[in-house]
Amino acid sequence: MMDVSRHPNIELITYAQVENIAGFIGNFTATIRKKTKYVDEKECTACGDCVKVCPVLVPDEFQQGFSSRRAIYIPFPQAVPSSYLIDMDNCLGTNPIACGKCKPACEKKCIDYDSRDEIITIDVGAVVVATGLKPYDPRPLDEYGYTRYENVITSIEFERLNAAGGPTQGHFIRPSDRKEPGSVGFIQCVGSRSKVRGHGYCSNICCMNTIKDSLLLQEHYPGIETSVFYLDIRAFGKGFEELYRKSREQGTKYIRGLPGEIREHHETNNLVLTVENTTTGKIELHEFDMIVLSVGVEPDKDSDKIKSMLSLSRTPDGFFLESHPRLKPVEVPTRGVFMAGFAEGPKDIKDSVCQAGAAASKVSNLLGAGKVRIEAVTSSIDEDLCTMCGRCVRVCPYNAITKSNKKANILPGIIEAACAGCGACGVECDYGAITMRHFTDAQYYSQVEAVLADKPGEKIVVFACNWCSYAGGDLAGTSRMSYPSSPHLIRTMCSARVNMDFVKHALKLGAPIVVVSGCHFSDCHYIDAVKNTQKRVEKLWDELEDLGIRPERVQLEWISAAEGAKFARVMKELELLRKQVTPKEIEETKRILIEAEKKKRGKKAAKKTVST
Amino acid sequence: MIAPTKPSEQRIGVFVCHCGSNIAGMLDVEAVAEYAETLDNVVFVQRNLYTCSDPGQKEIKEAIKEHKLNRVVVASCTPRIHEPTFRACITETGLNPYLLEMANIREHCSWVHPNEWEGATEKAKVLVKSAVARAANLDKQKEMELPVTQTTLVIGGGIAGIVSALEIADGGNKVYLVEKKATIGGVMAQLYKTYPTMDCST
Repeated sequence: MMDVSRHPNIELITYAQVENIAGFIGNFTATIRKKTKYVDEKECTACGDCVKVCPVLVPDEFQQGFSSRRAIYIPFPQAVPSSYLIDMDNCLGTNPIACGKCKPACEKKCIDYDSRDEIITIDVGAVVVATGLKPYDPRPLDEYGYTRYENVITSIEFERLNAAGGPTQGHFIRPSDRKEPGSVGFIQCVGSRSKVRGHGYCSNICCMNTIKDSLLLQEHYPGIETSVFYLDIRAFGKGFEELYRKSREQGTKYIRGLPGEIREHHETNNLVLTVENTTTGKIELHEFDMIVLSVGVEPDKDSDKIKSMLSLSRTPDGFFLESHPRLKPVEVPTRGVFMAGFAEGPKDIKDSVCQAGAAASKVSNLLGAGKVRIEAVTSSIDEDLCTMCGRCVRVCPYNAITKSNKKANILPGIIEAACAGCGACGVECDYGAITMRHFTDAQYYSQVEAVLADKPGEKIVVFACNWCSYAGGDLAGTSRMSYPSSPHLIRTMCSARVNMDFVKHALKLGAPIVVVSGCHFSDCHYIDAVKNTQKRVEKLWDELEDLGIRPERVQLEWISAAEGAKFARVMKELELLRKQVTPKEIEETKRILIEAEKKKRGKKAAKKTVST
Repeated sequence: MIAPTKPSEQRIGVFVCHCGSNIAGMLDVEAVAEYAETLDNVVFVQRNLYTCSDPGQKEIKEAIKEHKLNRVVVASCTPRIHEPTFRACITETGLNPYLLEMANIREHCSWVHPNEWEGATEKAKVLVKSAVARAANLDKQKEMELPVTQTTLVIGGGIAGIVSALEIADGGNKVYLVEKKATIGGVMAQLYKTYPTMDCST
């Protein structure tokens, strides 16, 4: 930690929140709010004079509430940066000044009650997401009585009660009577590996953490009784099995089975747990002075904001989705963004360090190359066809189209470096003035026609966005989730590129069902381009209804890259829908659409004659 | 914009990948390849055991030269895995990387219709037809090259963020390490001793 504060190439910005990240690989701009600490962190020497005069006492979060701190405080002695801050939620107040004792106590005059948050804008070429974890809060598991029984603690609380720098200077005592416990029980998988409560996944670190805890206790308090209640002991890493064996050898009992209930003895505050020992098949009662809940971990939900800024997705367990589970574990689909540590999935310190090194190496490669190629999937405007209506400017999520001005005869212009290639503009243009490079109208029409050339009634046309729905289809494939062979996917970068004319064309060629599938709104890879998709499909539904075509023939689906199972389910449901569409209905649809088109063409021609 | 090739000048090569038995074991690749030969603008069709392997790529490159191919369709896995591979492959022969199209007959076909030999084969044919149709409409594209800002933002000051920041900074590049709390260290800082070495965490 100290290395970070000393490193000449690292600028540490703590007590800060990333408010916005814009741009693309090699060229991101981040806006960061650095919250004020009310103490100048560069000047503060952490002498602690301010603390002595602060009258406010609040539970110390770092010590898990086992001790208290003042409203002006340092999170812990080795904190980096080594500086104090005022917790304004608990300070008696600075406006108007209610107490004001700390300011005169500071000889270096570091305290400024009027200081405000700072907004910092930085340009960066790469981003590493290492948003970390949160220990599981075991309160929902009422049977364990956490917070009801003082002597039931979590594994994080255990750490503080053993730490030399902890509230008891490393003297392990139980909270109810501050006495050394003679027996300690550990309960594993608290909040992990349960489909009902907590999380379904294995939190990876808790088995080894408990083994470590049992060894610590045995070492410091010879003769202490330690028992571990578990489902499976997962000691799979290098050197792990040895530690497990050592723990057993030193006397820790391992009992296979998770307790159903803990009860507290009202006089001794001892705890009695009931457990089915699944090795013997018998119900057992065990009494302990203290019980440690080996809590699992979950992704830090504060990272939701980062998720939407960088267009990341989450796997169903809530961790960030990697580009490929085996081959690209530190990459995400957004180029120039990498991840490390718990943000990607539960892992211990060693694995976090490995992944952090991998992410750093990816960043160094990118920076070292010095240049980055931008895919040629961008829009271009045909000046002869453009009427300067300005609609494209309004739908562009990236502000990549400069404003047009009819009066001054200024055409809109595409800023190619800013265009991410969603294609929302091209669809919005009624005059065919915008062409999407590498995803042209002609290409889409040719694919629709190819798919429906033969036996169209047996086929479902699915326009699927590259980042989510198409990838969800890929995941269904890698997971071998079978579904009927009628759906045929046409890949599009964003569902906002899907012109409703493509959909109508498919219906006109005899498609029983046409699907437009994109990302969930929060996952949209093109900020919020997907909202155009919804708007357009809803408009098409109205149009179809007016024409006498069942709107159900066009389906709108949101499937993420992590939802392989959903993809397979939706494909099965689509097949059921397809079977409901009769050949007669298909023929009728074709007739209606061809007629409507003729009418429209006639109107346009008439309009032209009038205007000329 | 680069001038598009006229349809009459199009010479499309189709490469159907067996992917070992991942594709060939679930559908009739031979039938798919035979069908591809009947498609408009297709002048060459070949099956490969693994199109992505070195021998597979070599076959593509040789075919481009020998048959003067100006569009390539690879019917194999998802473009999300191997589009960059095949783009790089055709670029080596001087062909513009945007003249490649892939038909996903593995993730979207063989792997999800394992008990439907006929159905999967028919679907693979249609996916190839669709890819060939799109290939015929592909144009050369020029990619833009932009400089990379030589700085990095690391979000999160736990062990993973700290190590990433130090590694990148050691390489000589500037890092901004942003942490929401008042100190770095994350959850790790709260740990007393850590396994497997049983030593302190900070």
